[in-house]
Amino acid sequence: MDLEREFERVVAADHRIEPRDWMPDGYRKTLIRQIAQHAHSEIIGMQPEGNWISRAPSLRRKAILLAKVQDEAGHGLYLYAATETLGADRAELTEKLVEGRQKYSSIFNYPTLTFADVGVIGWLVDGAAICNQVPLCRTSYGPYARAMIRVCKEESFHQRQGYELLLTMMSGTQQQRDMVQEAVDRWWWPSLMMFGPPDAESSNTEQSMLWRIKRHTNDELRQRYVDMSVPQADKLGVTFPDPELAWNADRGHYDFGEPDWTEFWQVVKGEGPCNAQRVEHRRKAHEDGAWVREAATAYAAKREKAA
Amino acid sequence: MSRSSWPLYEVFVRGKRGLNHVHVGSLHAPDDEMALRNARDLYTRRNEGVSIWVVKAEAITASSPDEKDPFFAPSGDKVYRHPTFYVIPEDVPHL
Repeated sequence: MDLEREFERVVAADHRIEPRDWMPDGYRKTLIRQIAQHAHSEIIGMQPEGNWISRAPSLRRKAILLAKVQDEAGHGLYLYAATETLGADRAELTEKLVEGRQKYSSIFNYPTLTFADVGVIGWLVDGAAICNQVPLCRTSYGPYARAMIRVCKEESFHQRQGYELLLTMMSGTQQQRDMVQEAVDRWWWPSLMMFGPPDAESSNTEQSMLWRIKRHTNDELRQRYVDMSVPQADKLGVTFPDPELAWNADRGHYDFGEPDWTEFWQVVKGEGPCNAQRVEHRRKAHEDGAWVREAATAYAAKREKAA
Repeated sequence: MSRSSWPLYEVFVRGKRGLNHVHVGSLHAPDDEMALRNARDLYTRRNEGVSIWVVKAEAITASSPDEKDPFFAPSGDKVYRHPTFYVIPEDVPHL
């Protein structure tokens, strides 16, 4: 078929597919699922850190944290906008999220127990997100790639503020240093799981690589993240809770242990420490905001009539 | 209330004086005024713009991707519209 050949030619030439181009149904569905899941992650991701806005230890930290959480909302909106270019309905996606019919990144189902978690999320969780997202700036679907370029620019601030926060705590009391190490111990393994299951078990990877939606496999990105993070941990003065973590001169990479994939699948299935709480909070915020959306609509209609 | 009662707007931002407005994305808003404010909050949180246009997506008329070849064909065979079409002796200055 001509249309299909044209699509394949554009993808193979590393050009971008744009909204009104013909595309295979599977490509469209895969993109909607992936981008929606990504958008949901940004929106749900506001909660673990939002938890600390009212208790930030200084006005400076509070302003930074507010700006960061506002960015996450923005990232969610860029991405929902990208799904709409594929024919998805934003309100329907929100319904799917609050009804538990669409997923988001499992990392946000872990609790933020201390203020050090805010720093560790910025450093490790956003660091892992950057590893995942930088290659997506070259993904084959134009609107997704452009949204990711904006997101990546802003994520850099997120990661740096987290690392700076931790540097500050590490130069404080022993209690503060312990708090940082304890947060690192809790977030390290979940952050490795952010890259998804091992390549052998990743059902979507192969087709997504062919369509150039994905540019690297889960394991490649996970390795890149470990290699980047170890020197940063050294500089900070913390360790990762992995006895197998060691430099491998032959490979030119760090060796590391296997994450607990049983835990991963449990959290994916909804049995993580905060799954129910996160979705419930999102549902409540959505429903509590209904009167605002309705009032704005009524006001717009009234003005249109008057005009 | 229907789910998508807020219309879709396309957003264009002028990065700085002297540049064109460029399409940056879309958003939903109940009316033009709110669309402009939402666009400011969503697309210019870091001084990315000095001017914003919002326009309802339904007001845009676009060329169809299906007929892009015939649609743009008229300019395809007019190489004489490009300066490189003309051979000028090398020793002619400023041309």
